[in-house]
Amino acid sequence: MTKAYYTGLTGLLSLLLSTGVCADESYARLSIHTHVLASSCAACHGTNGNSVGGTPVLAGLNAEHFIRQMQAFKSGDRPSTVMHRHAKGLTQQEIVELADHFSRQQRHTAELPARAISDRP
Amino acid sequence: MATMHLNRREFIKWTAASSVLASIGGCTQALVQSSGNQPRVVVIGGGYAGSAIAKYLRIWSNAGIETVVIEPNPYFVSCPLSNLVLGGSKQIEDLSFSYEALKRNHGIHWVKDTVVEVDATRKKVRTARGELRYDKLVLAPGIDFIYDDLPMLQSEEAQQQIPHAWKAGPQTVNLQQQLAAMPDGGVFVISIPKAPYRCPPGPYERVCQAAFYLKQHNPTARIIVLDANPDIVSKKGLFLKVWSEMYAGMVDYRPNSSIVDLDVAQRHVITEFERVSADVLNVIPPQRAGKVAQMLGVANVDQRWCEVDFRTYESTVLPDLHIVGDSVSAGLPKSAHMATSQARVCASAIVAAFSGIDPDPLPVFANTCYSFVSDSMAMHVAHVYRYDPAKKIMLPADGGGVSEAPSAQEGSYAYDWARNIWSDVLT
Repeated sequence: MTKAYYTGLTGLLSLLLSTGVCADESYARLSIHTHVLASSCAACHGTNGNSVGGTPVLAGLNAEHFIRQMQAFKSGDRPSTVMHRHAKGLTQQEIVELADHFSRQQRHTAELPARAISDRP
Repeated sequence: MATMHLNRREFIKWTAASSVLASIGGCTQALVQSSGNQPRVVVIGGGYAGSAIAKYLRIWSNAGIETVVIEPNPYFVSCPLSNLVLGGSKQIEDLSFSYEALKRNHGIHWVKDTVVEVDATRKKVRTARGELRYDKLVLAPGIDFIYDDLPMLQSEEAQQQIPHAWKAGPQTVNLQQQLAAMPDGGVFVISIPKAPYRCPPGPYERVCQAAFYLKQHNPTARIIVLDANPDIVSKKGLFLKVWSEMYAGMVDYRPNSSIVDLDVAQRHVITEFERVSADVLNVIPPQRAGKVAQMLGVANVDQRWCEVDFRTYESTVLPDLHIVGDSVSAGLPKSAHMATSQARVCASAIVAAFSGIDPDPLPVFANTCYSFVSDSMAMHVAHVYRYDPAKKIMLPADGGGVSEAPSAQEGSYAYDWARNIWSDVLT
């Protein structure tokens, strides 16, 4: 396999439309690679970067700002507890594509799940 | 595998249950009435991996994939943070969440039931109440305990006396209550199985939490750690430092200590070297892939874990059957973040397959795992993992590692991690 990224909105969308499943529009816009990688950030930053609090909201973040911060984490210019580990593990292209991805996400108030009704006696 | 037919009575029961479920979930489709030509994915298990894959299948397919989750438990209980229940800073209720938002927000069909049989040839799952066909099946069954070497712990009564507390819920509460009732100056013994097991730093975090509790309420108590491994499996230097500084004189760590025999009533443990008496005994049994994976013969690595293609999480044994979470043989830490990362790669590959395109050939994802050493201080291990196409495995990228020291700042981040992953997985 020589091609690492599935880019090209038009080609991908036409493929999707020709089948039964019509993938989410944003899914088609960026490469699958970036889409899945971005979703891995959700554990700390919420779905599509909409954090419930404590960590920065990445949704709608200016792309250049995102890239600058990630480079600062990578170089150590911005001190961090854990982000330098993640920044160092990513390629420059991944950082640029993540910046693009998160900058296009809609900001909204993230939800927490309701507490379950206890069955403890 | 034997094929099963749905008899008329079961069918009636099933459709009745489906319409109830559909109305509760706010769905427009009855379970067995397939929604036109939409493909259907059935997910077995509603833990971190199963809930995450159900959500992302719906989002990324633009609700184009009918998604059914089969989960016997009425609600979600988080294993991450559950050691804090032992430390006394959390209640199990703080970690127990409804599935309603997840179901409602994404139109996921939910079947509260146990899987009885899977016919992988005819692509049908049978539960206690009925039968479901699928186009692709996802197993997210978590772990099952192996009692081959500890048959005396097989019964529910024995597990009341000697809890594992390695699946969060009543077992966690049981162990907390036993710790609280331990006589002054008593001995808490914890047995750790050989790796791989769920949550590599978890047992050592548990030692910290037990020590945190006992230091306040029973300061002359002692903790004996019987580790079947030759050394501390995760965050070694950090845990040793915490035990010697924060909990000095309380923790007695003994490596290479597998349990050979034990007396359930007396709480006596025998290892190859010694006999140890406990006032409270916590045996974390050896583990393997969840029962349904064994039933299907897809736990093909040492008859314990499931081999998959890391680009799709499809089983190497059966086609159209994917496995995510702790059941996977990945050589990676079996953590909640990892389970959700695997689930998203798998969801993406399934959406791609139904869309007629190739999956990401080089998946990359992150894992962050915090351990609490007190009620407020935590430390991390974090890595980015990249698929290596030559070795066909996920390998840690440069830059990963552990905290320099536990801190209150990381304790705060650990709570933020938990709240965000709960939001991501359950809403």
